[in-house]
Amino acid sequence: MMNEFCKGGGCTAKLGPGILDKVLKMIPKKADPKLLVGFDHSDDAAVYQLTDELAVVQTLDFFPPMVEDPYLFGKIAATNALSDIYAMGGEVKTALNIVCFPESMDANILGQILLGGNEKVTEAGGVLAGGHSINDVDVKYGLSVMGTIHPKRILENNHCKEGDLLLLTKPLGVGIVMTASRMKAVSEEAFDQAVESMTTLNKYAAEIFKKYGIHACTDITGFGLLVHLGEMLGENFSAEVWTSQIPYIRACEDYVEEFYITAAGQRNRNHIGAQVAFENCSFAMEEILFDPQTSGGLLVAIPENEVKKALKEIEALGLDCGIIGRVTEKKEKKIYVLK
Amino acid sequence: MNIQIDAKGKQCPLPVIEAKNAISGMTEAGIVEVTVDNEIAVQNLTKMADHKGLKAKSEKKSNQEYTVWMEVTEEFVKNNIKDGNVSSTPVTEENCIPDIRKKKTVVVLGADHMGEGDEKLGKMLMKGFVYALTQLEELPQTILLFNSGAYLSCEGSDSVEDLKSMEAQGVEVMTCGTCLNHYGLTEKLAVGSVTNMYVIAQTMMEADHIVKP
Repeated sequence: MMNEFCKGGGCTAKLGPGILDKVLKMIPKKADPKLLVGFDHSDDAAVYQLTDELAVVQTLDFFPPMVEDPYLFGKIAATNALSDIYAMGGEVKTALNIVCFPESMDANILGQILLGGNEKVTEAGGVLAGGHSINDVDVKYGLSVMGTIHPKRILENNHCKEGDLLLLTKPLGVGIVMTASRMKAVSEEAFDQAVESMTTLNKYAAEIFKKYGIHACTDITGFGLLVHLGEMLGENFSAEVWTSQIPYIRACEDYVEEFYITAAGQRNRNHIGAQVAFENCSFAMEEILFDPQTSGGLLVAIPENEVKKALKEIEALGLDCGIIGRVTEKKEKKIYVLK
Repeated sequence: MNIQIDAKGKQCPLPVIEAKNAISGMTEAGIVEVTVDNEIAVQNLTKMADHKGLKAKSEKKSNQEYTVWMEVTEEFVKNNIKDGNVSSTPVTEENCIPDIRKKKTVVVLGADHMGEGDEKLGKMLMKGFVYALTQLEELPQTILLFNSGAYLSCEGSDSVEDLKSMEAQGVEVMTCGTCLNHYGLTEKLAVGSVTNMYVIAQTMMEADHIVKP
């Protein structure tokens, strides 16, 4: 009954950015000077200052399975949930499990999920401290993670500067590969590439970036590269994206031609497509740029004089990565996708 | 030639994949009509039609029902046939080869042997049964293989050729994926497609007859 376990999840199951914006605008916001980063930032995690030297970073992420192996699903979900702490520049301290699981399903499956999750929390240097489980029709799993950070060293997602280069630390296309997998049309190579990417903690990339003068950082998840980049640019900048430099899982080109694409990718297109100018961009590459990522890489805006050295260190981590574009002055469109 | 697809309740990319398969199976110009239950699926279908150079239009019938029409032109069909995506002499309803599949008869092969007793004899009987099926005037609509029945559709089975012959005549041959996995046969499937328990249950529920040797 594997199909009952995996109905196509991961970050493709996220609510669209459009709906979320509308709803969040209706919630009254309490002003608290100690809340350094809250949800009005569309940032990756919340940051609350405790003392002059110490702030806590909090985040929560969970979703339905996107792979049939429960242990692997646990690892991916945890890697994804932990990522938001790294995207802010923080260090992982504690994590709580969030579980929805049908009582009628084999409890060993849940055991495997939690085992995979715990492994990644431990690798992150954190400790699993508890959790909450609900009997539900479908499986969902994730974590609420707490980390710490120095209040002066927060990496916000929208502080880029004109002339910064954009560095992406993981290949795109994970959502497309998982959709092809659900359609039983995936190659073993592409599946393995996607899994390796989804289970690699952003911890290692984040540690490297601490040595450089990063201006902005975010992790690429369900909203895909272009929506996350759009958030990073805010209202004051535009950017060029160079398709020849985009790291992506090569099999995606074929999978897009077979239309193994998601509803979430289309929602991302609806959200930001009007602010993107595509020049000489193949249909497959467009879809890859909108593709929702589960446990995607970090996207940073970094000064030009530091980027080569940083890229060399990121490359040594072993995943496909690249300098994918540049922040420019504000132009008519927000993002220009060029060859 | 017009094709209607009801893809309500199906998540992306299924509506798009079903429409794409219908389009590439077209042997003459016509309309593919797809009904879906959400706007995003309409957009994904329209995107697919655009990408293939086909005209598409859509209509919202209610909050949970949208129809998309895609116009498959003669030129598209010609190119598609030329590209080898579809055979130019397929068996369609309009063709004069009679469809000898018996309506909704489902043959269920839940073991690699037939009957209880000597296992060697049981395996021989099963081989004979599958062969005999091929010789009948009316073929079943679907053959489901599960548990050790999964061995029959895999490399090394004497029934593969018979199953292939029936598949070529339009019989759907489907083997349980969990069972293939269990017996380590996933890479060895030689005929038909992999299925899951939902499809197996649905196929059996909708069958007019179930034949279990």
